[in-house]
Amino acid sequence: MTSGIGIENVKLRLGSHAFEFHCEAPAAAITALIGPSGAGKSTLLNLVAGFETPDEGRILIAGQDVSGRHPSERPLSLVFQDNNLFAHLDVFTNVGLGISPSLRLSTADRQAITRALARIGLEGFEKRKPGTLSGGERQRVAFARALVRNKPVLLLDEPFAALDPGLRLSMSNLLLDLHRETGNTVLIVSHDPHEVARLADDVIFVEAGQIAWQGTKSDFLLKRDMPALTQFHHE
Amino acid sequence: MLTAAERRRGLSYGAITLFGVTLFVAVAVLALLAWDAGDTKARLFSAYTARVLRFTLLQAFLSTGLSVLFAILLALALARQPRFPGRVWIVRLMAVPMGLPVLIGALGLLGIWGRQGLINDMLAMAGGAAPISIYGLSGILLAHVFFNMPLAARLMLAALERLPAEYWLLSCGLGMRRLSVFRFLEWPALRQVAPGIAGLIFMLCATSFTLVLVLGGGPAATTLEVAIYQSLRFDFDPPRAIALAFLQIGVTGLILAAMSFLPAPEETGMTAGRSVRRLDGQGWAARSGDGITILLATIFLILPLASIAAAGFKANLWTLVTSPAFLKALWTSLKIAAIAALLAVTASLAILTGREAVADMKRPGSLARSFSAALSATSALVLLVPPVVLGTGWFLVLRPWGDVAPFAPVLVAIINALMALPFVMRVLAPAIETHRRRTARLSESLGISGLARLWRIDLPVLARPLLTATSFAIALSLGDLGAVALFGSNELTTLPWLVYSRLSSYRSHDADGLALLLAMLCLSLAILGTVGRREVGHD
Repeated sequence: MTSGIGIENVKLRLGSHAFEFHCEAPAAAITALIGPSGAGKSTLLNLVAGFETPDEGRILIAGQDVSGRHPSERPLSLVFQDNNLFAHLDVFTNVGLGISPSLRLSTADRQAITRALARIGLEGFEKRKPGTLSGGERQRVAFARALVRNKPVLLLDEPFAALDPGLRLSMSNLLLDLHRETGNTVLIVSHDPHEVARLADDVIFVEAGQIAWQGTKSDFLLKRDMPALTQFHHE
Repeated sequence: MLTAAERRRGLSYGAITLFGVTLFVAVAVLALLAWDAGDTKARLFSAYTARVLRFTLLQAFLSTGLSVLFAILLALALARQPRFPGRVWIVRLMAVPMGLPVLIGALGLLGIWGRQGLINDMLAMAGGAAPISIYGLSGILLAHVFFNMPLAARLMLAALERLPAEYWLLSCGLGMRRLSVFRFLEWPALRQVAPGIAGLIFMLCATSFTLVLVLGGGPAATTLEVAIYQSLRFDFDPPRAIALAFLQIGVTGLILAAMSFLPAPEETGMTAGRSVRRLDGQGWAARSGDGITILLATIFLILPLASIAAAGFKANLWTLVTSPAFLKALWTSLKIAAIAALLAVTASLAILTGREAVADMKRPGSLARSFSAALSATSALVLLVPPVVLGTGWFLVLRPWGDVAPFAPVLVAIINALMALPFVMRVLAPAIETHRRRTARLSESLGISGLARLWRIDLPVLARPLLTATSFAIALSLGDLGAVALFGSNELTTLPWLVYSRLSSYRSHDADGLALLLAMLCLSLAILGTVGRREVGHD
């Protein structure tokens, strides 16, 4: 387990909601986090990212306890559904902030940014503002930022939910390519059964603040004896 | 599509209003122009006018700078602490100075920072340092910050809260420090709104009358508006008043022209209670630093208000309320305020109907379009030609006919109505536009028009914004000293004028009691208006 994510007996109470998680996302694999709305998928992601701290239990990344660490001190990158880019800053700056939060960039850094933009198919977009890009292009820039950050873990919160179906397919392929190139550990919240079938190696099913099921994708696709899961397949 | 009759009606309502307002302002300006021009020219460039002009601009500049600076600090702290205890109430408290009559606010500030105020008492106890004086530039700055900083801070807080919640998570995940967050997130958001806010505050401070009248320290610390008033009321020197009035129009004209290039500040998007996670505000250092900032600002705002209440309750309120002087002033004030509010709301509706009629035309000609633009400009005319200037002009028009007093209440009401017009328009225009967009096609297709439409479709929805606009206009007129200052006398005594004259004759207990009553009256009206406004925003 080089850079896997471990969630060990984590308990968390937010207002009237109680969460109890115990699961793991294996290293260098893509783990899909699925479940009904409000079940706690995003909360689980926030725990890993560090926006929430567990009341009990530990969060491990690459075998290290990161439970008390600040989000910026955890070896990970984040992509949300929307607003991943600061709308008033150009594409170059948005990516650059992933390398240095105060934008102190060396020549090598600048070249890395240009390379990353070329890799995701947005060569020459450096000076563009996010407002002039399409939704898919904006998410590509967010991927470019994750690329230059070069962190072993990538967390995605329904990254393609705002895109139309055709675009979702090409974006999943891009994500898959980048994953194979970098060998990172990916935890992705998804609503879309096709996306899960296409991307995931492992599946974690969250329901009512608990892990209801965890297993490999092939087991997941065959599993028919769990009503909640069956419902997800047919969505 | 309006019917032909509706369009004709709309256009004529608009035309009547345009004509009426322009006539009222033009007569005042022409009266100034016609008066003994030769002498005025000499007065325009005297050392006195130069000094007044310089001070007007200097204090406006400093007031704006200080208000914006403190507002930025406060807005940043409040935005960083979305779960600060009592935050909702602090944000509400920041709206209070806007609803408070300026004169009453000045009394409250005197109660804290004045010679017998809390601050000097504390200084004396601490070791008998020389008492600080609130009169003069420092007092004017203090008062302008008291009235304008909270306004600016609210607008800036709204701008910060409009940023997507993900931004704060991202900046935190990327490891941005305080300075980077300010440079890449907070400052770009504030930079969008700051120029508009600064322009607005500069305008308010450059035309500030009441505060400078009460807190200004004689000829060394006087603004154009107050100098005009003093020229007429005390020195009876119309040429000097006219010269100053033209300077005033020039200054406001320049500011308005500059402001037209700036984005208008908006308060939409204020999302109190939205779950924003600001991890950068959760450390011990951030929490205590922001806490101190918010606490100091709250104390600064609340002390003068508390002083108004404390001093007011010391007065014998019952005797005051039942005294003939109070009842007479209250009656006069209410009459003037009611007329002013009625005029302002009617004029706004007429302007809006006129604009709608033009907008409804298939191909409005250049005449129709300039008519529509003129209608929009009408509501802002009073900003260009301030109340004291209007009063001066009409004073000169009416004087040849002998006593000005019989006309005075009408003039004050009209001037108050013009002062309220921009605010009333800001409430009514968006409400009516939204309502029309939602209902126009449906009611046309169903053939609902005329009184039926007014009664069944328009009034139920527009009652709230109309109430809001009316209560704002009444509160503004009730608390205004600027328009009545020139005409106030034993025959014409409004509540603010009564407070001011009691204050000048050193009957300060009476003044305190009256101030409390007036403050409560105006604040209840403002609350009534805000409640209506919130519901408008929500539907």
